[in-house]
Amino acid sequence: MEEKKGEVILFGTWASTFCTRVELALKLKGIPYEYVEEDLTNKSELLLSLNPVHKKVPVLVHNGKSIAESLIILEYIEECWNTTPKLLPEDPYQRAKVRFWANYYDQKIVPSFYIIFGSKDKEREKAIEDLSQLLKVFEEGIEKDFPGQSPFFNGEILGYLGIVIGSHACNYQAVDEAIGVVLISEKNPEFLSWVNALKNCPLMGETLPPHDKLVARLSARLKST
Amino acid sequence: MAEEVLVFGAWGSPFSRRVEMALKLKGIEYKFIEEDLTNKSPSLLKYNPVHKKIPVLVHNGKPVAESLVILEYIDETWKDHPILPKDPYERANARFWAKFIDEKCLSAIFKACWGACWGEEKEHEKAEIEHEKAVKEVSELLQFLENELKEKRYFGGETVGLLDIAANTIGYWLGVFEEASGVELLTREKFPKLCNWANEFVCVTAIKENLPPRDKLIAYFRNRFGAGNASK
Repeated sequence: MEEKKGEVILFGTWASTFCTRVELALKLKGIPYEYVEEDLTNKSELLLSLNPVHKKVPVLVHNGKSIAESLIILEYIEECWNTTPKLLPEDPYQRAKVRFWANYYDQKIVPSFYIIFGSKDKEREKAIEDLSQLLKVFEEGIEKDFPGQSPFFNGEILGYLGIVIGSHACNYQAVDEAIGVVLISEKNPEFLSWVNALKNCPLMGETLPPHDKLVARLSARLKST
Repeated sequence: MAEEVLVFGAWGSPFSRRVEMALKLKGIEYKFIEEDLTNKSPSLLKYNPVHKKIPVLVHNGKPVAESLVILEYIDETWKDHPILPKDPYERANARFWAKFIDEKCLSAIFKACWGACWGEEKEHEKAEIEHEKAVKEVSELLQFLENELKEKRYFGGETVGLLDIAANTIGYWLGVFEEASGVELLTREKFPKLCNWANEFVCVTAIKENLPPRDKLIAYFRNRFGAGNASK
């Protein structure tokens, strides 16, 4: 029986990958929370006071104390609610590997998407090719570091790496519709198979931003650039 | 089974020194392999094929890359002299500021010290404005760290912790960059706590033993990046 561990508030925005991550973790652990939707074009004074360094979402507030940066929030949730399901593996070497690949994804793959969104024609083609190369490295690395076992799931349940990648890549169909195909199955079949497995997870379906709404948002963003 | 710990690093790199500092603090024996970054060894490329960078820790043949990931691995593997606190919030806090230092501070510091001299020649006035902006940005970032220190002796409290180790770039390398480039950033008037902390930090045995010689480091940076942004 989960003891009440105090008030949890999540400041986020509905379309944000990074906020989806935190929601997935909270839901997985069965942690009740209050959600506050922020308008990023008009950030609340409260948000700015809770995250003065980056002024971004997500911010988790637990018992009045704020934690920012999605990967750090995930580790906090894991450590504070130290119950099953566990998000991270127990073994330090396995943990190091999942942290390494989460960092790789955030430092290389996520920015690649922004570059694609922000470019056109020949530049965009190149950016899409660059992304597929980065994903190849990711595919090979994951296969090498986690032979014979999916690092995205903990049995049937989403794990840390599944949350990190799924919250971002599972939106690919919305990206396809809004701007065009970015994840090419012939180039990165492995990656797409992992993403599709993550998409099949009911919790992912419940938590990701609604498809049509996301398509509309991405299309609008594109028009304004 | 005998334990084998290898560290692939470079003498002047704060990132590989972080790994050594943590191992020293915990009393872990290791073998250091100096890498020539202009001519990386096949071993390094085998152990870190993704980024091809140092540091890499190899523990009983298993490689771990990325300095902050390595620090966490070290803390989880060798439990004596913990470098992260027990409390989840304090842990999150330490991780937050370590990430802040790596993602925000370093590039800002480099820009302030050597930014305008980098690459093409720019008009003097434009370079001046860019330089002032860069210095102001560093000042704002350092202020966050100054505030975070509060009345603590170290970021880790009474003893040096993960954040202190991660802040080695601020505690030692920043002073080197300042002297190499002639740009003043960490002044005592503005950042008395941070300055005090830096002085304490470099005196801790496990840290002191792992600081590259100052003159050699200054010469290296001057040579690599030029004389810097200081008003001539």
